Amino acid sequence: MKNLTTLLFVFTILFSISGNAQTADEIINTYIENIGGKEKLESLKGTKMSGNIKMQGVEIPIELLFTNEGKQLVTLEIQGNKTDFMGFNGEVSWKRNMMNMKIEKNDNETTENLKKQAMEFPDPFLNYKKKGFSIELIGKETIDGTETFKIKLTKKPLLENGELKPDTVYYYFDTENFVPIVTETMAKEGPTKGQMVKTTISDYQEVDGIYFPFSNQNSLQTIEFKKIELNPEVDPAVFELPKSK
Amino acid sequence: MLYNFTLSVMNKIFNFIVCSVLVLSTNLHSQEIVLKGKQLFGNLKARHIGPALMSGRIIDLENHPTNPKIIYTGTAGGGVWKSENAGASFTPIFDKHAQSIGAITIDPSDPDNTIWVGTGEIWTRNSVSLGDGLYKSKDGGNNWKKIGFEKSERISSIKINPKNSNEVYVAIMGALWSDSDERGVYKTLDGGKTWEKILYVNEKTGASDLIMDPKNPNILYAAMWEFRRTGWGFNSGGPGSALYKSTDAGKTWNKIHNGFPKGDLGRFAIAIAPSKPNLVFAVVESKENKGLYRSDDSGANWKLLNSDFELVVRPFYFSRLVVHPTNPDILVKGGFLGSTSRDGGKTFKTLGQMHPDIHDVIFDIKNPEAMYVGTDGGVYRSWDSGTTMEIVDNLPLSQFYHISVDNEEPYNIYGGLQDNGSWYGPSSSPGGVEARDWKRVGVGDGFRVLKHPTKNIIYSEMQGAQQVWRYDVDKNFTKAIQPLPIKGEADLRFNWNAPMAVSDHQPNRFYMGSQFLHVSKDMGDNWKKISPDLTTNDPKKQDKESGGISVDKSGAETHTTIFTIAESPLDEKVVWVGTDDGNVQVTLNGGKTWENTVSNISGLPKNTWVYHIEASSHDKATAYAVFDGHTTGDMTTYVYKTIDYGKTWKSIVTDDIVGFARNIQEDYVNKDLLFLGTEFGLFITTDGGKNWSRFTNEMPAAAVHFIDLQKQTNDLVLGTHGRGVIIIDDISPLREVNQEILAKNVHFFNTKPAIVKEQGGFGGGSTELQFVGNNPSISGKIIYYLRKRHTFGKMTLTIKDQNDTEITTLVPGKSKGINIVNWNFRQKTPKVAAGKNRVQEGFIAPRVAAGTYKVVLKKGKKEYTSAITVKNDPKSLISNNDRIAHRKTTVELFNDMEDLAYLVYQIDTYIKDAKSTLKKDAKFKKTASKVINKLQPLKETLVVTTGDLYVEEAEPELREKLSKLYGEVANQFDKPSKAQLENQEVFETQLKKAKNDFEKIKQKEIGKFEKIKQNKGEKSLQILSKQDFLAKK
Repeated sequence: MKNLTTLLFVFTILFSISGNAQTADEIINTYIENIGGKEKLESLKGTKMSGNIKMQGVEIPIELLFTNEGKQLVTLEIQGNKTDFMGFNGEVSWKRNMMNMKIEKNDNETTENLKKQAMEFPDPFLNYKKKGFSIELIGKETIDGTETFKIKLTKKPLLENGELKPDTVYYYFDTENFVPIVTETMAKEGPTKGQMVKTTISDYQEVDGIYFPFSNQNSLQTIEFKKIELNPEVDPAVFELPKSK
Repeated sequence: MLYNFTLSVMNKIFNFIVCSVLVLSTNLHSQEIVLKGKQLFGNLKARHIGPALMSGRIIDLENHPTNPKIIYTGTAGGGVWKSENAGASFTPIFDKHAQSIGAITIDPSDPDNTIWVGTGEIWTRNSVSLGDGLYKSKDGGNNWKKIGFEKSERISSIKINPKNSNEVYVAIMGALWSDSDERGVYKTLDGGKTWEKILYVNEKTGASDLIMDPKNPNILYAAMWEFRRTGWGFNSGGPGSALYKSTDAGKTWNKIHNGFPKGDLGRFAIAIAPSKPNLVFAVVESKENKGLYRSDDSGANWKLLNSDFELVVRPFYFSRLVVHPTNPDILVKGGFLGSTSRDGGKTFKTLGQMHPDIHDVIFDIKNPEAMYVGTDGGVYRSWDSGTTMEIVDNLPLSQFYHISVDNEEPYNIYGGLQDNGSWYGPSSSPGGVEARDWKRVGVGDGFRVLKHPTKNIIYSEMQGAQQVWRYDVDKNFTKAIQPLPIKGEADLRFNWNAPMAVSDHQPNRFYMGSQFLHVSKDMGDNWKKISPDLTTNDPKKQDKESGGISVDKSGAETHTTIFTIAESPLDEKVVWVGTDDGNVQVTLNGGKTWENTVSNISGLPKNTWVYHIEASSHDKATAYAVFDGHTTGDMTTYVYKTIDYGKTWKSIVTDDIVGFARNIQEDYVNKDLLFLGTEFGLFITTDGGKNWSRFTNEMPAAAVHFIDLQKQTNDLVLGTHGRGVIIIDDISPLREVNQEILAKNVHFFNTKPAIVKEQGGFGGGSTELQFVGNNPSISGKIIYYLRKRHTFGKMTLTIKDQNDTEITTLVPGKSKGINIVNWNFRQKTPKVAAGKNRVQEGFIAPRVAAGTYKVVLKKGKKEYTSAITVKNDPKSLISNNDRIAHRKTTVELFNDMEDLAYLVYQIDTYIKDAKSTLKKDAKFKKTASKVINKLQPLKETLVVTTGDLYVEEAEPELREKLSKLYGEVANQFDKPSKAQLENQEVFETQLKKAKNDFEKIKQKEIGKFEKIKQNKGEKSLQILSKQDFLAKK
């Protein structure tokens, strides 16, 4: 937090220099710069984020592990049992069945989609063009009572029941600080399919020179991180499909 | 952000873990931050309760050209809805814009993304709403941009060249109530940047339809229609009406009337056979030889085929003609019941059973027998060519003319719907407000519905007060009570939407307004006139032969009538009456004398419709009058306030307000807090009208026809004309808003003591495709204002007791403006013993006892505190002693749960240590094995160590049994039963014994093992203290 004041100062300067006519790229560049800079983000090999997932007064400790190869592992601690909940080794993705608590492979579309998203680490906006993504400034909008730039990020299409469908996320960047405070994406399944799911982002804090939002909340649940580790040492075996867990 | 996808995959599973136990807890949306809206309103938001069982008027249906699952619906007052599952369900996609829709068109070259919407409905009944232009989306409806035509009012058709997305034609029907030159056919060649008017007749005639030859985009047919509505009449047809054709992409147009009747014509319905473009049909409105005409030579010659009722009925309301996409012999005509032909238009039969008044039809693009139909009562699906119809159950498009509320708990909402009768339904219901919660209390068109102030009696009516009903709910008995003309006196003129009122002073008093004010002392059994004719009684506005070429007598145009009645809540002798022809009448002596005060208002055009008068509940000389000039083409907002019985009036309108207004509601507590409903949504002022702010949090830009404020809950209830009933729960924070508060970084609003509602019903019989209105949260509310949105650094919200012990932590709202955080009165969940599987009851937290709790908001280093008072349900039958007993047992069981958790933790830790030591060094075999062999069987009596959570479930052990009892007791409200207490004793004895057994093992086997370990230089095992174990997260 010690750098926050300086950072906010920098934001103000940048904002006043760039004036009102912002392009999507200017906004994204400022954002990347503000959260730690391109180089710093590019050098990131992985993150380990731990905190609590909160839902209706219930808190469950959660740990998220991501690598720059797109591997990931989600661990939950439910009533004293710390359990792998879902994982992806870059090729195979799996999850735990909550009835018999055994590991099952994810359906192939989920796995294929995870593969497509592997390149998003650590931030989809970092080198977005190289990733084949595109951005568009939709305009200014007031959200959370705050003036924002609404930016549409179109990522590589994802599979949905055998069809490739565009993967679009709308980001609302605070016009004062150039960090996203809300994202919206279309629910792809379930009874809310076709409706926008909103995630509110806040509590940005610095971790070794990079700013992370420590709080992410949607209408059903909130994840509050307590600790984010950069480049954690991880045994690659943890991402593998467990044999007989 | 990188974990978004992962989280969405996880969501499902996580919900599954937690949801099953917490179904009774209703704050599902508690911590949701609402993202739209003005800076003041923060996350104060609206809640929709429908209903959808009688949906609303549909204007235009549109299908995707290649994907049969995607269907769009344009509605009369509820915006645009999109289905991605072939019409099984729909989602609104146009909430920020005018909700009255004329036409939707999908760009054939880019059907997944580019969609055009022309606003302003085109079936021009008396109660139509307005549009405000043409919109375009480039992302399948997520974002919309207004292209122009702000004054177009109604857009009937948009046609896009299938080979060139930038070449677009727009047919503008234009203003209904006045002359306008923004009418006719327009064309753009640059995707909407610039437009050229390519067909125009005169300022009375608009383009009511435009079709394009599917094979040759240069061929266009345009139907021009001369039409006009006034407050007292309607005209369809005239010399301007004609059918035109262009074969050069709109450069030149020719009338194609060869074979049509002579003389003035009215509205046309036109259609081209997609599979045979030379075949064109037209339904012609005419005095003579009206009916369906057919041309087999692209409009060069026409032949009359049929003049059936369904084809020619009410052309202004039903002028849609659709030819099947592949079979040119099948056509469908919108109408009263709708009709279909299978022989190219020679003969017709009516469509299957559904809500009457059929406005549009589309056929499924892949299944030739499947079709969708838009009616006055929603969208229907058919799988057998329209023979059997099935309604879409999740379109809450109800069009209320009026609503009112009662004082029940939960309170009910009463209201009447366009062509859908009169109804009442609850503001909340177990499982949500479902279709079956709504009860019918009138047929025909419904308008005002009022509850008797003290008796279980409901007044309702149908159009023009043809019937006014007094319905005795308990006896299920209805009596018609409308005032009737008396011998020797004038005929009564009732408005289509006739006013009625009840009295705050005399419960049995009931008012009705014709041109006279009628009052009954006995709930409508006997009537007395207490005024002369209060209208202008202008005979020019009493046309009884309305309609133009087709006579249309429905009573909808009866004018020079009373429209609003308001008895002062402070003085029963003060009664206000407003008329549709612009009189604001007041009596100060219960009707002995009347004064028309409208001439004291400046800036108001003469004879402007008085839509609503609100008699102040703060001061009897104060009233608000809302005027609606839209039936003369005047779309200005008119709201005036008087503080001297109408001697002087002052406008309280600012430029913040969009749309002409229909209703105002004064707050009962803060006289400067006012709510205004306009054609385009809800506007709120907290300073008596100096500044207005549009309320957009979950509030579409729908026409708000009536507003009521429920006195006990402070809920603002809106009757919208197209989106049903919308409620903003508890507007009381707005009462406190002032400059001083707005300047503070953080301000906690005063909240009423929070009541722990003792509910636990089941409810919920709807399918996933049926609309269910959300219930209000019954949680305690912590409401605060943030001057700035919290983005950087940590923010927490904690509930503490008076000893500063943390009870629970909540997720704070971080919006700029008002934040509402719900607390379900629960403390934290217990720490649960680790077993093979989870126990659902472990996710249940005890409810706190009644009392006052501290609220601590930490933002960075700064701390802000407030308090919340929790009270028990005053209606409860549970005694205080019983509550104490309940709390005591709950806490005991909670502690038992945690004792067990700590015991199992210790056992597990010792077993783990013994196992790992054993693995390292065989020397420990004897002692370590003893530890394991003693502890493992003990553990197996405490928690399940095998099985799953479904059909392979293991036999329950102590944890499972104890959890079950704990969960049951913690969730109930009354004192524990004897059985529960006995059960508790069994488990506590078992727990005590287990603890003793463990202590013995600890002394003996573990002691020995530890000693040997120590001797061999191994580190002794570190066990957390109970306190540390419980504190660990």
